Amino acid sequence: MRELIAGIMSGRALRTREAGLLGLNLLLLVAIAPFFPAFLRPVNLAGVFDDTALLILLALGEMLVLLTRGVDLSIAANLAFTGMVVALLNQYHPGLGLVPVLVLSVLMGAALGAVNGLLVWLLRIPSIVVTLGTLSIYRGAVYLASGGKWVNSNQMSPAFLGLVRWHAGGVSMLSWTAIVCAALVAVFLRRSILGRNLYAAGNNPAAAAYAGIDVGVMQGAAFLIAGAIAGLCGYLWVSRYAVAYTDVASGFELQVIAACVIGGVSISGGVGSVGGVVLGALFLGIIKNALPLVGVSPFFQMAVSGIVITGAVLINARGSRASALRILERRPA
Amino acid sequence: MQPILSLEGVAKSYGGVKALTSGALDLYPGQVTALLGENGAGKSTLVKIITGIVRADGGRIVLDGGPVSIASAEHARSLGISAIFQEPVVFDALTVAENIFITGRPQKRGVVDWPTMRRRSREILAELDPGIEPDMVLGRLSVAQRHLVQIARALSNDARIVIMDEPTAALSHREAEELFAITRRLRDEGRAILFISHKFEEVFALCDRYAVFRDGAGVGQGMIEGISSERLITLMVGRPVDQVFPKQTVPIGREMLRVEALGRGQEYEDVSFDVRQGEILGVYGLIGAGRSEVMHALFGTAPAETGRIVLDGETVTIRSASDAIARGIGFVPEDRQMQGAHLRLAIGDNITLPSLGRTTRAGFLSRRRERAQAGPLAQSLGVKMSGLDQRVEELSGGNQQKVVIAKWLATSPRVLILDEPTKGIDVGAKAQVHRLMGELAAQGVAIIMVSSELPEVLGMADRIMVMRRGLVQAVVARAEATPERIVRLATDA
Amino acid sequence: MSDLSLSAGAAARTGRRPWRALVRWESLLVLAILIDFAINAHASPYFLDPWTLSDVTVSVVEKAVVALAMAFLVMAGEIDISVGGIIALASVAMGLVARGGSPLPLVVASGIATGCVAGGVNGLLVTVGRVPSIVATIGTMTLFRGVAYAVLGDGVLKTYPPGFAWIGQGYVAGPVSFELVLFAVLAAIAIILLHATAFGRRVIATGSNPEASRMSGIATGRLRFWLFVAVGTAAGLASVLLTSRLGSTRPSIAQGWELEIVTMVILGGVAIEGGVGSIPGVVLAAILMGLVTFGLGLLNVPGIVMSVVTGTMLIVVVAVPAAVRRFGPERR
Repeated sequence: MRELIAGIMSGRALRTREAGLLGLNLLLLVAIAPFFPAFLRPVNLAGVFDDTALLILLALGEMLVLLTRGVDLSIAANLAFTGMVVALLNQYHPGLGLVPVLVLSVLMGAALGAVNGLLVWLLRIPSIVVTLGTLSIYRGAVYLASGGKWVNSNQMSPAFLGLVRWHAGGVSMLSWTAIVCAALVAVFLRRSILGRNLYAAGNNPAAAAYAGIDVGVMQGAAFLIAGAIAGLCGYLWVSRYAVAYTDVASGFELQVIAACVIGGVSISGGVGSVGGVVLGALFLGIIKNALPLVGVSPFFQMAVSGIVITGAVLINARGSRASALRILERRPA
Repeated sequence: MQPILSLEGVAKSYGGVKALTSGALDLYPGQVTALLGENGAGKSTLVKIITGIVRADGGRIVLDGGPVSIASAEHARSLGISAIFQEPVVFDALTVAENIFITGRPQKRGVVDWPTMRRRSREILAELDPGIEPDMVLGRLSVAQRHLVQIARALSNDARIVIMDEPTAALSHREAEELFAITRRLRDEGRAILFISHKFEEVFALCDRYAVFRDGAGVGQGMIEGISSERLITLMVGRPVDQVFPKQTVPIGREMLRVEALGRGQEYEDVSFDVRQGEILGVYGLIGAGRSEVMHALFGTAPAETGRIVLDGETVTIRSASDAIARGIGFVPEDRQMQGAHLRLAIGDNITLPSLGRTTRAGFLSRRRERAQAGPLAQSLGVKMSGLDQRVEELSGGNQQKVVIAKWLATSPRVLILDEPTKGIDVGAKAQVHRLMGELAAQGVAIIMVSSELPEVLGMADRIMVMRRGLVQAVVARAEATPERIVRLATDA
Repeated sequence: MSDLSLSAGAAARTGRRPWRALVRWESLLVLAILIDFAINAHASPYFLDPWTLSDVTVSVVEKAVVALAMAFLVMAGEIDISVGGIIALASVAMGLVARGGSPLPLVVASGIATGCVAGGVNGLLVTVGRVPSIVATIGTMTLFRGVAYAVLGDGVLKTYPPGFAWIGQGYVAGPVSFELVLFAVLAAIAIILLHATAFGRRVIATGSNPEASRMSGIATGRLRFWLFVAVGTAAGLASVLLTSRLGSTRPSIAQGWELEIVTMVILGGVAIEGGVGSIPGVVLAAILMGLVTFGLGLLNVPGIVMSVVTGTMLIVVVAVPAAVRRFGPERR
């Protein structure tokens, strides 16, 4: 248990940060309470978590990529493509059941992630360029796969739709997936050699190479896992919203990165924790769900998220102020 | 007694520049060997070869009586060789325990065994500094503690050979004493230790043996007992200086630059000196003595917090490089590739960059004027190139340096600062750079030359300012400068 | 990119000027344009009609205007992801000013000024706040579009002063649209600025090596700040064109444009690491993207498929030289 906790929150410095984020989330809830006490009811909180689960999942994958000094802009497009393909599989072969759907979503997502990973690893192309390209390709591929048609709920089998809605202990299966995934990623990052090497490779690539860690392979691995998670989210998203179409989750990658940055993941690699990412995603989720309740127009949500994200990145940039002979150092890659 | 590790005639070149020609070194178990030499003598290349970071071009390495070829850093570790680097090769976002075991984390059933890692870290750290907890994030530790973590890493690898590359450079006296106690303990456990330092007092207090390097070659080894610091200095500097540097006698003009009591944080304080037209002021000191920092203050790229700069009789405020350029100050920085040259731009574009105002009209570029400006400069400096359109990255180090110097000559500076102007360039280019400095001085330019190479400072400078730990120790006139005196001023000897 | 192809090819050893290799890159773009031109002409007999060709420029010009400014920014080693958000915000600002009954010049000025201020915000975040530009502009992208949503909600603004529609829909002479003329003028200015002035040299130097540039007396912080302002202003201008062409505004306009604009810049041969690139390349990339989009439209292929083509082009363009460099014959 101690290991799991340590895995979720790595390092003393980060723990204070996570405590701060947790406090901020609680403060938010306390601030909402007088306006709308029902918000704090467990059922509602479970709903908020359910609504944030996909963001949490994707942010976990994105964190792995950010840890190795990369960035994955293609995860939302990966999600849309994979989601459409499994929706079509389900539409035309509803009798196959859920297992092939789940397996296909993870494998296909991993394959799409591997494309990114291979280009970054073998050709050393900046990850932002690679994923900008694959973002367009995967998004267009959704259209090619579906012919521009929607897959609606009446074309989905009950099992396909039912899994995410099935509740256990008052919490949806979608939420459980996020919880289990977060725990798995935490354990992976904490206990596996590969997970530890992701941190080392991003924290100090030169020292990592000296310690015998192949930085390129680490980046490739991070993209692969992020892709697999995005693929799984493809199924979950399509199932939860009971519709698959070309523009599913369009632009969502930037919210995912925002959740990571708010959660304390450093864009320059090597720093980040599962706890921070989950809290960062929840922070955005609570704001999104609370604003309409406290009487703020839903149209203000985006502006508030924008202020929050911009403020968070600005605060994160503090502390790395210019040292005396900054000019003697190269800015981080 | 047989040496555990023996290097014979080891050589290494980087792109034609010989860093090491015949490195010779013997390390004995249970002894601390001091590695001495000026900057550029080949010490760090030697360390890189022993630790497997680079491979030697020639020579023999004998370990335990048998020849070995050290293929990689991992291979070196498996042979029992570990190093504590000057710039710690550590992960500041990871914990102490993980930094110690980064190359071999304890595992149980295929996953990292944190309890064991923590326990073993604590065991190792208990002997070094019980104040360091395995769970601390490394970024929070002091420099001294980071060194200890590197030592702990060496111990976790069961290193028989431990290399310490100027471990005390950034340590306080007390921290250094603690490090020595630990080093002695490692020695008494039978490990062979290579200790690199510029500080003689440390060498005499700690080391059993010495090995001196000069110009890429081993020039002497032996027991510390019975040798004097004078003898070691002679070995380090040991060559007749005047023959190599044909110093021109130039009439010294009026005072061009005077600085009074410059200071900035912990970096340097109360730095005062002046330099005259036609004069070359040498600035000597060990790495970390604050020399480059003072130069960046003069150039405005890291302005001083206190003090005054007087240029040609006028007190000036220099807050940026463009201020400095406008006032006729040029700066050839130490890090040529990062700060000096734009490697991916053409030679001509490099040369005209700081003086774009002269080759443009109303902001518009003129190819013709640029060529008229850059061409003669590149030619008179003897840049070997296919044309002004060639990219700087395709040139040799020496020619790159000539391009950087040319770009400052294009600004017609009154004061030219050169920070390690001949670092990493070949002998021929060195001589050309030195000749050029003489010519510039003859034209009345006031030159400040920062150098860690004693022969260069002694051979080129009219006066030598020696800095140590952020303070000016002395300004020595050329006639009174001897290698021994300068080194003594720069070190604790 | 072109830099990669340069270092991969034999040209690297001959040591010619970088722009020679860029010309090579640009001739590839020209070739691609000709091929696509031929395909389009083959696909539709109406394609060669001047009015059809004029239609090709619709919508791509607005992105290309921003791409011109973005090329400078990327060449200086930075990036702005928030341009789509700026366009939306500027469009909403213009809509509100127009609804208040302001005259045409004020409406146009409000759009451009909004872009200018938004670019300034980005510039301050990056230069004073020291936030990496990609992170900063991901934040402000949400912020700018969010403010647009907060102001307008799901409403639509449709009232504009007389003459406003002409900016995005009018023709100067025959089939030559005002948008096209404007773009041609801006492209010419950009070419001169980047390739023939000290300013352009400083931009390239800053992207090529920021430290050495600072040491050469370039005020790199100020330079980057003004480039962000320029990109914001260009986005404001694009917003004027787009709003005029659509004749209405909503906060959701120009969604996803940032990625298309960045793709255009990289496809044009600008290296994402900065320091390398040419404006003619970006102009050609814009023409190519416009032609491909339009051609696919002629073939009744929807716009979203265009993104597959764009994405593939982007990756191939970067990957092939990188692969040659990595796995081809050793350099030196």
